Order: sequence, then C-alpha cells, then structure tokens
Amino acid sequence: MSRLATRFAARKAAGQKALVTYLVAGDPEPQATLPALRALAAGGADVIELGVPFSDPEAEGPDIQAGCERALRHGVKLRDVLAMAKAFRQENSETALVLMGYLNSVERMGYETFAEAAAEAGIDGLILVNLPPEEADALQRRLAARDLDLIFLLAPTTTEARARAILKRASGFAYYVSLKGTTGAGHIDPEDVATRLAPLRTMSDLPIAIGFGIRDGETAQRMAPLGDGVVVGSAIVRRMGTLSLEEQPAELEGFARSLREALDASC
Amino acid sequence: MTQAKGSPASPGPAGWSQYNLPDAQGHFGQFGGRFVAETLMHALDELEAVYRERMGDKGFQAQFKEELRSYVGRPTPLYHAERLSTELGGAQVYMKREDLNHTGAHKINSALGQALLAKHMGKRRIIAETGAGQHGVASATVAARLGLECVVYMGEEDVRRQSPNVYRMKLLGATVVPVTSGSKTLKDALNEAMRDWVTNVDHTHYIIGTVAGPHPYPMIVRDFQSVIGEETRAQCLDTLGRLPDTLVACVGGGSNALGLFYPFIRDESVRLVGVEAGGYGIASGQHAAPLSAGVPGVLHGNRTYLMEDEDGQIIATHSVSAGLDYPGVGPEHAFLKDAQRAEYVAVTDDDALAAFHHVTRKEGIISALETSHALAWILEHAPKLPKDHVIVVNLSGRGDKDIFTIAEREGISL
Repeated sequence: MSRLATRFAARKAAGQKALVTYLVAGDPEPQATLPALRALAAGGADVIELGVPFSDPEAEGPDIQAGCERALRHGVKLRDVLAMAKAFRQENSETALVLMGYLNSVERMGYETFAEAAAEAGIDGLILVNLPPEEADALQRRLAARDLDLIFLLAPTTTEARARAILKRASGFAYYVSLKGTTGAGHIDPEDVATRLAPLRTMSDLPIAIGFGIRDGETAQRMAPLGDGVVVGSAIVRRMGTLSLEEQPAELEGFARSLREALDASC
Repeated sequence: MTQAKGSPASPGPAGWSQYNLPDAQGHFGQFGGRFVAETLMHALDELEAVYRERMGDKGFQAQFKEELRSYVGRPTPLYHAERLSTELGGAQVYMKREDLNHTGAHKINSALGQALLAKHMGKRRIIAETGAGQHGVASATVAARLGLECVVYMGEEDVRRQSPNVYRMKLLGATVVPVTSGSKTLKDALNEAMRDWVTNVDHTHYIIGTVAGPHPYPMIVRDFQSVIGEETRAQCLDTLGRLPDTLVACVGGGSNALGLFYPFIRDESVRLVGVEAGGYGIASGQHAAPLSAGVPGVLHGNRTYLMEDEDGQIIATHSVSAGLDYPGVGPEHAFLKDAQRAEYVAVTDDDALAAFHHVTRKEGIISALETSHALAWILEHAPKLPKDHVIVVNLSGRGDKDIFTIAEREGISL
C-alpha cells in the first residue's frame, strides 16, 4: 500500500479526516522549506503538497502567485525541490509527500528523468493542475512504473461521466476543487460541496480531499465531514510570506495543530 | 524537447492536399491539446459543441457574413503596392488591407465570431486579454455592438505603452484591468483572464485573441480569421488569374498569419512565411521568437514552441511591438514549422521600424509595428525574386496606435 493510501486508510480507520497542507518549495527562501516541512508534520499533517514554483501559475490566487514569485527570485528549480523533498524524507518516513505544480516543469525535465528522480527522493505522488487525464497517459505510465500516484482533480463543473472516468484512473486520492475559482478564493459554499460530492463518493472508494478556499479551523471543520480530508494551502503560504525565518516553524506547527484539532472536533 | 509524443509532424498519408488538423482532441501532431484546470474542461467541451453546431448552421453563417460586410467593412481590398514593387525591382507586392477593417486590424474577425457564439450560449459577459490593445478594442467593440458586459485584462506595462487603446476601450464601455503580476505584459494578462474565467465560467465567455490556448480555441480563431485567406484566394484568382507565390505575415500568437495561410495550406506551390519579433536580435536572447529560438513546452492550455529557461520557467520577451511580445505561439504554427510547410524567420526591432517608415512614405499606409515586421521581410527578399513573382503580405493592422511609441523612441515629444 502506498504511503498516501496508508495515511488516508489510517485516518479512516480511526474515524478521522486527513489533513493535507501545501507550501511553495523555496518560499520565501530555500532554507525555509525543510523547517516548514518538519513543522507541518509535527503539527499533524498527513500529506504535504510541496508546490513547484512556476512563472505562470494560472490556477492560483494572489497568495500562491506571490509565493511562487518569492521562490523564483531565489532561482528555485525543480531539481532543488526534489532535493528538499529528499532531505525531508531522510528524516521522516511517515508523512506523505506530493509535488504540486504545472506540467511544463516536468515536461522540461523529461517524464522519465522526473519519475526516476521523484521516486529516488521519496516522493509519493504528483498533482499537475493543468494536466487533465486526457493528456496524461505517457506520464502516468512512467509514474505508475515507480509506484508514484498521479492525483487528478475534480471540479464543481465536472460532469458525472467525466468524474467516473477520472476516478477510475486516479490513484492515491482525488482532489475535489470546492469552488469555481483560484486557490485561496473566499466563496466556499459547504452546501454546494455536499450536493456535488455525494454522487462522487458512491462512484469509487478512492479517498477524496477537499481543497480551494479552506483557510482556518472553522472552514476545515465545516468541510471535513463531506470528504476524507481537507487541503489548506493559501493560508499557509500567506503566513510564510509575512513571518520571519525564525518565526515560521513554531507558527506553522501551531497552525497545523489548530487545523488537526478542528478536524478531530468535526467527527 | 524531452518527450517523443505523437507522430512526427506530417500532414498524414494523403499529403497536404488532404490536410485536416486538428484531430478530435485538438492536436496538431504533438502540438495543441487541452491543458487546463479541470474546472474549465466542461466549458471547453461546451464551446466546442456549440461551435460545431453553429458552423453547420446556415443561418449563423449568413449572420456572421452579414456582420462582416455591414459592420466590419469586408471584404478588405487586395492592394497592389506598385511604387514599392517598382522600387524593390523584384516581386510584385500585394497588401491584404486588414488595417481597413472597423477598429483597424484583423482582430475583429474573430472577436465578432466569438461574441456571436457567446450570445448564442447565453453568456452575458465576455472577457479578453490584450497586448497592444487591438484585440481588447475589438472585443470591447463587439461587446458594445451586441450588448454584452466586457472586461479586458492588460499588463500594466502595456497599459502604459498603449494608452490610446486603453481609453478607446473605456469609451466603448469596457472595464480595463491592469495586470501587475509576473512580467506585467501579455502572458500575465492571459493568466489573469484564465483566473477570471475559472471563477465566472457559468456566465462568461473568454474571447481569446489569437490561435493559441486550449482546444478548441486555436481552431475557432483560425476558422474565423480564415476569411482573410479566402478573400485573398478569390481576389488573386479574380484579378491575377492565378494563386500567389508567397504569403507573408507577422507572427505573435499567429492569428493574422494563420488566417491568411490556412486556405492555402493545401496548395503546396504557395510558400508561407511567418515573421516573428526578433527584438534586439536572436543572439541577444531579447526577442519574442519562440519558433525561431524556442523549444516545445506547455503553457496557456496548449503544447507549442515556447521561450523558456532550462527549468521550464517562461522567460521575459522583448519586442518593440506589444502585440508580438509573447513567449508562445499558436500550436498549428508549431506544427507547420516542424512539418516544413511554413517557414519562420525573425526580424529585429530596428528593421521593423525602418520598414515602417519606408512603407509609410512609399505607399501612404501607416502600418502597425507588428505588421512592419512582415514588411521588413519583403524589403529584404522581394528584390531577389523575379518580377512575375506575387507576394501577398497581410497588412494586419494600422499604426495609429503606435505613433507615440515610435515618437518616444526617436526622441520626439508629441
């Protein structure tokens, strides 16, 4: 069983929800990332999505755009992100680690080279915002050969037939985009999410994490019962942008813990 | 390029005479496709379905044609630039006068077609990105004409360089949103328009201004712009009794070029030349010529040639012309390049400016800086071609919008 599957299964068995957190690798500077990863894990994150900075992050709201720009000012490259992941993996074998970004980063490195390097770094999966399943065959084959999960997104606009097809080929977990908009948007609607998620939950046993617009314990608590886990990203990236290097770890750990407690209180 | 995907660039077993791309998934060989966030996939499916249904509808075709005639002012003339041809002493230069369209450029052909589709889909709001402002003005114009709300995204840097067009859009009732992220130019305006679309997709249609973006956009924009090449073909047969020998057009995203080229792709005797923005020269690295000096990659919904660094980050481009200042290019151009059906060259800022002045004085036509890149190719190559060789250049836009840029560059205050 993959690390992602193990983490989701363990939470489920305990009657709990998984906490998925996101930060941009190398934001606001490269040396911030490893302490931040440790802090999120210590605070109770089951899965950490490590954002690969990209020059044109077209699906991101202002917080993550700014995080990408901060990292890119330090020249952070995909190879550096892989090295950060590897350093974290060497000291933590429990927390699942997923790279999240845009196809061009992986395409430039080459699918085969990337798959090999990602596996070697101890990464568990990959989310590419602009890679729909229709275009994903070649990459998914190479990832699957190394037991890496390619995680697909489902959206409020995804039709039932499409959702069925996506869930059939997804592995690890499915990422439900809770709203029409960019990451960190402020208009999440729990009733809408509940209505749309209900049929998806009957189509597959794959865990579904809900993301986009979950910013604090309160929103996490409201969304948690609707899926198997929640994703918190922009709220973390915003903190990374304002806190000093010294403040970041304690703040992040505290924030993750507050999310963890909110999730546990929701069950 | 690190992946070998799809078949090598080839028109298929039947050759160019049966050229019929894109395929059902929007691919031109390895290029094109649909690389967007899941939220937009349904809107693209819907757009494609509506487009195919409308294009098969005689009523829609007649409506589009009539709007092009009575509102845009088509057909545009095919003008024989006799003084220029005589001076150059070689090929005969003909100009397809897209600058004479309403709003002064070819952009309105596609903006109008797409706005009619939006109206038919019941979308009450349109959004657009713009670089030089020509596509923004065309979108704002058709929005006013059809009673649609219009929001135009424009890089902060371009808002500054193209202030007359910004004011024009505002006069037409559009909201112009300056984009301050990234490099603050056209590519960032596209990112921001995508973000708006993903948020407001239920009631908004995104009018992409060029033959790029996720499928079906490259096909739709090409088809609407093909009126340029179809008219040119008929005009050549009518007045010359034969097809032209060479077609030339500037290429940023590539909509005016493809509009001219597409109806001739199956005629292998016709040479197709696309002229990219060479900026300070290809060797300087400061240009906007992905076909001349880029690599295949994925940006803004499609796989195409891009200007990127060794990490796949999109790099800053430079061109004197805001409309060509873009790091990507339409995927069908990428295919035509690899298949060697069209050739792509780059012309520098300085050569484009020289051509701008030369043609203005020689023919009394003030062409856009974008267009001037294509004119520069003609000034260099027409003299080497025989006198019975016919070149048609797409005079894609008028240069009124550029007079401030040119004056500033030449130290003249207006």
